[in-house]
Amino acid sequence: MAAAAVHSEPQPVIEVSGLVTHYGEREILHGIDLSIYKGEIMVIMGGSGSGKTTLLRHMLGLEKATSGSIKLLGRELTSMSELELYDLSKKMGVAFQGGALFSSMTVGENVMLPLIEHTKLDRGTMEIMMRMKLEIVNLAGFEHLAPAELSGGMIKRAAFARAVVMDPAVLFADEPSAGLDPVVSRSLDELIKDLRDALGMTVVVVTHELESAFAIADRITMLDRGNILTVGTVEEVRSSENERVQHLLNRCFEEEVLDADAYLARLFGESPRD
Amino acid sequence: MADSGETDPAPLRALEGIGRGTVRGLDSLGFGASLIWDALGWLLLGPRRGQPVRPQPVFAEMMEIGVRAIPIVSMLSATIGIMLAIQGIYQLKRFGAESQVVIGVAFGMTREFAPLITGILVAGRSGSALAARLGTMTINQEIDALRVMGINPVRFLVVPSLLAMLVMLPALVIWADLVSLVAAGFYITADLGMTLGAYVNQTLDLLGTGDVLHGLEKSVIFAALITVVGIVDGASVEGGAEGVGRVTTNAVVHGITAIVLTDMLFAFATTRG
Repeated sequence: MAAAAVHSEPQPVIEVSGLVTHYGEREILHGIDLSIYKGEIMVIMGGSGSGKTTLLRHMLGLEKATSGSIKLLGRELTSMSELELYDLSKKMGVAFQGGALFSSMTVGENVMLPLIEHTKLDRGTMEIMMRMKLEIVNLAGFEHLAPAELSGGMIKRAAFARAVVMDPAVLFADEPSAGLDPVVSRSLDELIKDLRDALGMTVVVVTHELESAFAIADRITMLDRGNILTVGTVEEVRSSENERVQHLLNRCFEEEVLDADAYLARLFGESPRD
Repeated sequence: MADSGETDPAPLRALEGIGRGTVRGLDSLGFGASLIWDALGWLLLGPRRGQPVRPQPVFAEMMEIGVRAIPIVSMLSATIGIMLAIQGIYQLKRFGAESQVVIGVAFGMTREFAPLITGILVAGRSGSALAARLGTMTINQEIDALRVMGINPVRFLVVPSLLAMLVMLPALVIWADLVSLVAAGFYITADLGMTLGAYVNQTLDLLGTGDVLHGLEKSVIFAALITVVGIVDGASVEGGAEGVGRVTTNAVVHGITAIVLTDMLFAFATTRG
């Protein structure tokens, strides 16, 4: 998708303004401002401890922010009641890092669960929709298997099928290619693009995998220690003159080498050994 | 480290530990109480909120908690019934009152041992399973997945388990009453040369509805305790597989402790006056 086309859309699907959050005494996000537009694939990148997963959890309504605003599909998430949030959840799909499939259910039952819970469709219709979504993620015929019988890549595909079964307006994916070999990882990248093209949804992907991010992103948001370093298209990020951006790109977000005290200080604000 | 002029920090650390433990315990109690309140809310208002409690998971839990526990409950309650009969006859023989063993067995089993042993068994079997399931689901982000799918975890996971436990534990206690009294009856009639009909008549004459209800009332409290302890412990999981193991063990220890303490308090409160 061309970046110009993306920017021509006036109303963002997700709008984060001045988001600040703390874990205990420690400030994790220091005032994040970010807009994500309809139909784009936004990749949020950053190394370990950059705050990308925290930002994602806030966009999903799983964490309460200290201050700031998050608007999802025009509705303010931070002041929403639990029931309002459940209602809004029907319009978003999430593929978690480990798949988060329910081990007590088959793959088909996992994919059908949102339909069972939120629609009054008859069982036959739900099964047809489930099979269609499994076919989109290349898992046709796998509906009777248990999640434990699937490979890592298949689990993630099944998680995507469950995430899109309600045809959500926004799809979130947390580290979709983490722990997968390059071939499977590339096929998941293709799947994300195919899902966006086929279902016309907005996609937010959190990852630390550069290759994957560059392959799928319309725009990239780069986070570093709770701040946004840069937001732009792949080319804009690649050619950024910001030293920190280039430093992170060249190190491919490898974890910084910290000694134990520095690590604890970063985690708790100060080293408990002090 | 403290120099010689300062107070030894060890007692202070112990005091701090006790304080932290107390706060954690109160926190868990509050969480447990809010869970029961939430569960009741979803049970009653679920349909209005567009999330009714579905019967299938309740029946599935009832199968797991109740029906699949029948063999072990039968075996242990029969064994305890016979043991009570053996001990009773042995002790009462000294006073030439061995025929009075029926009193001890009938009251002992219905008022005390059947609910207690069934509660302990279900805590070990189903309370631990509940904690392990909740712990694993938390670690695997399945609880988060439920939330982002717009499915309330209390309605989806807690209410079916609580309902199933509240129905099946008293049902198992009734079964344990029957099995233990029948097993004890076979032993007593064989040992004392009494007819089975006489044993049954004597037992029925002795036992009132209140005695059976005493055991059943306790079992309802035990059911709520086992479920809440299993869920509170399961939800407190930290770390990976090791964390799940820890919360599972905690659920058994906490569940059995809660049952035994409640049993004593219940017995004390209901036998006054």
